[in-house]
Amino acid sequence: MAVNKDSNSYTVTFAIILVVFVGGLLAFISEGLKPIQKENLKKEKMQYILNSLPGKKSVSRDEAGDLFSQFVKERIILNHNSEIISQKTSKDPVDDKDSKDAFSIDLLKEYKTISDIKKRNYPLFICDVEGKTYYVAPVMGKGLWAAVWGYIALDSEGNKISGAVFDHKSETPGLGAEITQDFFEDQFIDKLISEDGNYKAIEVNKPGNELNDHQVDGISGGTFTSVGVEEMMERTLVVYYNYIKNRS
Amino acid sequence: MSETAELSVEKSKLKKEREPLFSKKNKKLITDPLDENNPVTIQVLGICSALAVTVQMKAAVVMSISVLFVLILANVSVSLIRNLIPNRIRIIVQLVVVASLVIIVDQVLKAYMYDVSKELSVFVGLIITNCIIMGRLEAFALGNKAWPSALDAIGNSIGYGMVLVIVSFFKELFGSGKLFGFEIFGNAVEKTGLYGLGYMDNGLMLLPPSSLILVAIYIWVQKVRNPSLIETH
Repeated sequence: MAVNKDSNSYTVTFAIILVVFVGGLLAFISEGLKPIQKENLKKEKMQYILNSLPGKKSVSRDEAGDLFSQFVKERIILNHNSEIISQKTSKDPVDDKDSKDAFSIDLLKEYKTISDIKKRNYPLFICDVEGKTYYVAPVMGKGLWAAVWGYIALDSEGNKISGAVFDHKSETPGLGAEITQDFFEDQFIDKLISEDGNYKAIEVNKPGNELNDHQVDGISGGTFTSVGVEEMMERTLVVYYNYIKNRS
Repeated sequence: MSETAELSVEKSKLKKEREPLFSKKNKKLITDPLDENNPVTIQVLGICSALAVTVQMKAAVVMSISVLFVLILANVSVSLIRNLIPNRIRIIVQLVVVASLVIIVDQVLKAYMYDVSKELSVFVGLIITNCIIMGRLEAFALGNKAWPSALDAIGNSIGYGMVLVIVSFFKELFGSGKLFGFEIFGNAVEKTGLYGLGYMDNGLMLLPPSSLILVAIYIWVQKVRNPSLIETH
């Protein structure tokens, strides 16, 4: 029987079969790969938290899973007034589905859906490296194209930045995307977030100027991304600063 | 009577004689797109990604490999079902094939080569809109068997990748003084190497317009070397 390939019924049948086949295939692949992808994301988050600590920049994603509980002693969630909402220690297993676990807080989702910064959660990871306490504070903001975020390690007094790691979703390669490079991140080390006992935000300046203890060089050609980094740190770090001041 | 019999025998002989895998014609499918019929410089397809992903060589190489993979699979699968595709919806069918391949590439990269997938970020998704892929499907795969289609895909994606890599070589070298992330001209921040002598990076090289200039120079050089490419009108 010769099939008339120009007929409507053939066209529609072909389209339906194709779409069902392709849809099924994609769903199958997506479901099959999802656990691996989720594990990647979880390990990456652990890696970033560890990387922000001094001397831990080279921790790889594969090692991060094992080392995480070794260095991260407490995982707490703060509110905007720097009060503790929930607290977990390294003895509690990391559970990314438990909303009381600071590790599970999806800052990007909160950044997008909760416009009132007073209602957002502020997770904080208290770490111990060779007897010294560090506070790792996640920050989340927006760059030129989409989200930028980072993890800032503060020293035990809360005054000084001990390390910083940044990442982004889709900043321009070679320009804004350079915030993930060591030369940008390492500038933040030893910068101060307080002056005369009060919080003072870090400024990300246009490159080429003299810098004081509260300023770092931005990325030339990546102004929007640099501004985003400055804004997210300014907005978020104050909460952690106040918490650490009250604690110590 | 005998004549027609002879003819049909000859015909069947012709049919039985299989074309060697790398016949002259097939080899041309690979070599043509590298120079005389380059998809970027001669056909002016896929220009958009040639402008966007050429700031760093690493991204350009990974992008070229992804396009190679997607184009081969798309060309072969469209070629295999070319006799079934209804003519009226052929573009949509091609789009579905390309889009699902790109999603598969993206998902697999995310699961098994997470760092590379981060490097490429949005550009993987943008392979769908790369005109070279739809162009090859429409112009070649729909009318040819699977093997020549695969060769055509290899030729075209290498022709595309070649331009990307050459352009990104100059952009990364003169835009940030690096190649594959290694500092060639010294360190711009610490003023070592050439920077110590007062050399400065060309900021324009980091921006998309410089790719237009570089691609134009590429075309110029190509046409000087091969005058038959020059259009006369």
